[in-house]
Amino acid sequence: MKILMITALLATSTAFAESKSSTLNTIKERKVLKCGVSSGLAGFSAPNSKGKWQGFDVDICRAIAAAVFGDPDKVQYTALSAQQRFVALQSGEIDVLSRNSTFTLTRDTSLGLNFAPVVYYDGQGFMVRKKDGVSKIADLNGASICTQQGTTTELNLADYFRTNNLKFKPVVFESNDEVHQSFVKGRCDAVTTDISGLAAQKSKLKNPDDYIILSEIISKEPLAPAVRHGDDVWFDVVKYSIYALMTAEEFGITSDNVDKFLKTKNPKIKRFLGITKGNGKALGLDEKWAYNIIKMVGNYHEIFERNVGKQSPLKLERGINALWKNGGLHYSPPFK
Amino acid sequence: MKAKIRWAKDNLFKGYFNSALSIFLITFFAWAFYNFFNWLVIDSVLLGDADACRQASGACLAFIVDKTRFIFFGFYPETEIWRPIIAIFIFFIITFYSRLKSRWNRRLLYNWMYCGLVIWLLMRGGYFGLVKVETHNWGGLPLTLMLAVVGMIFSYPIGIFLALGRQSKLPLIKYLCVAYIELIRGVPLISMLFMSSVMMPLFLPEGYSPDKLMRAQVAIIMFISAYMAEVVRGGLQAIPRGQYEAADAMGLTYWQKMRLVILPQALKIVIPPTVNTAIGMFKDTSLVIIIALFDLMYTTKASMQDSNWLGFSVEAYLFVALIYFVFCNMISRMGRLFEKEFR
Repeated sequence: MKILMITALLATSTAFAESKSSTLNTIKERKVLKCGVSSGLAGFSAPNSKGKWQGFDVDICRAIAAAVFGDPDKVQYTALSAQQRFVALQSGEIDVLSRNSTFTLTRDTSLGLNFAPVVYYDGQGFMVRKKDGVSKIADLNGASICTQQGTTTELNLADYFRTNNLKFKPVVFESNDEVHQSFVKGRCDAVTTDISGLAAQKSKLKNPDDYIILSEIISKEPLAPAVRHGDDVWFDVVKYSIYALMTAEEFGITSDNVDKFLKTKNPKIKRFLGITKGNGKALGLDEKWAYNIIKMVGNYHEIFERNVGKQSPLKLERGINALWKNGGLHYSPPFK
Repeated sequence: MKAKIRWAKDNLFKGYFNSALSIFLITFFAWAFYNFFNWLVIDSVLLGDADACRQASGACLAFIVDKTRFIFFGFYPETEIWRPIIAIFIFFIITFYSRLKSRWNRRLLYNWMYCGLVIWLLMRGGYFGLVKVETHNWGGLPLTLMLAVVGMIFSYPIGIFLALGRQSKLPLIKYLCVAYIELIRGVPLISMLFMSSVMMPLFLPEGYSPDKLMRAQVAIIMFISAYMAEVVRGGLQAIPRGQYEAADAMGLTYWQKMRLVILPQALKIVIPPTVNTAIGMFKDTSLVIIIALFDLMYTTKASMQDSNWLGFSVEAYLFVALIYFVFCNMISRMGRLFEKEFR
């Protein structure tokens, strides 16, 4: 009896494994990509006044949909809380998780996820008042620093200052809003959280130019989309959809000028845009997949500037999020 | 006028201490009101963008104006907004019509079912040329109302049966009911919602999961039923033994006894705690935030994260507080009306 049950269990689990291996086909049949996003994080994913999702993470979903369907609007967004996000992916409620999640060893292994390339390198930083003349973290020796209670932010802060033999007075608060209110009112000399979060807070201020965000960071927060373990075909699609954004920036191809590049003689670009066939077939996509992404969503530079960069209220610098050519960390493998 | 002055003299300005206290409080409230009024009306920005708001010292009403549609209706497609509006309207009409006891008969029950069906068809669409709107696009006020009203409608009868079961002489039924009530009351609503949305999909085959909204609704019904059961039990225990015995003496069966003698009296007694539970439940629905259903509270919170409109949380919270207040107030008025009707 026991043996029977075990074989039955095994049979069902292999059946699941088989159904797992065809996420791409399931999505194509369903005619919509299910994408998990944050339920509200300024610049990364938030609904606008018309109820449409917008943001950096949302554009990643759109890029993948453009690659698969040639239509960036064929996405069904599932807003997920921090507690729900990985379960939603494991249970198959969503196909890809694009929700400012940090790429870590545990998540990559025991949570059963596969992380696509990092789309945004975040890290814990500091915001200070311009008139205080602070330009690097070492200048903050002896300063009082506002931070949120019971977070990794608080731990990172203490660790960093201890290892570097600096002194500081922690001023901790329960909620993020309180932290920033207190900083603005002068309770502390600096405030610390992730750089993207600091930028969002800075844009809320009445006179944002009176404050600066230091460029140094004290922790690594590589944010990357994730898919389920065990479906490499789908993993490749997500991976190369993201690399395509970076490669396009490298070639200088934007949504505006992509049509001009169709007449190019450069064999690399020809292969990238699908004029020379091969890449699409290898991924199980249409040969024009990369062209569709760039035409419909834009390259990495466009996505960055539109949502979190210079053209957005957040006004983040490219910093380490620049291409490797420009001193950043984004580096795409060749498309051949 | 004279009487009023006299009243003020007797109550506000009796003795030096009371006079000083009154003057202090009156000035304080006047000052607070003046500042609030300035903030909300004089210095506020009604039309304009976020930059205009940041320059002004008053409230950013422009933010509320811009976000009203999203706060009230969430992701419901813009061109189809008339559907939830009509649905809410139908709900108000049927509720208003049902306020008098004399109208409570079988036909009203059918009318409610009919209205419920129309509201469902209207919201969901897919028939009669209406565009289909999946439940994950529902949000805002219709969602909050639905979770609360459907929750209440279903949990009320379930609660009555649980309360009766708890008093049953059959041990199996009795202990099942006791176990259910105590178990559900022993866990927070949040954990029930979590179970329904996070745990359940893990037990089901991959890719198959029943509607998220439906799961949350069932969790809410299960939760409130346990509380309703205890409310009803309070009423059952308040009925004197004589009533039970008299009904038995007349040779009524168990169900006749309950339906004709006990429950009508018991349910009348428990109107105030029932209203209390209803109000609590209306507000508790905002806990569905944790499973990312965009109810009224969550659409408000999500609005604050629009990068074009960062930093107007005070306005948003005040606005949503006002909406909640209006609805809770309506529920409690309804409760008072019922109490009067049944007196």
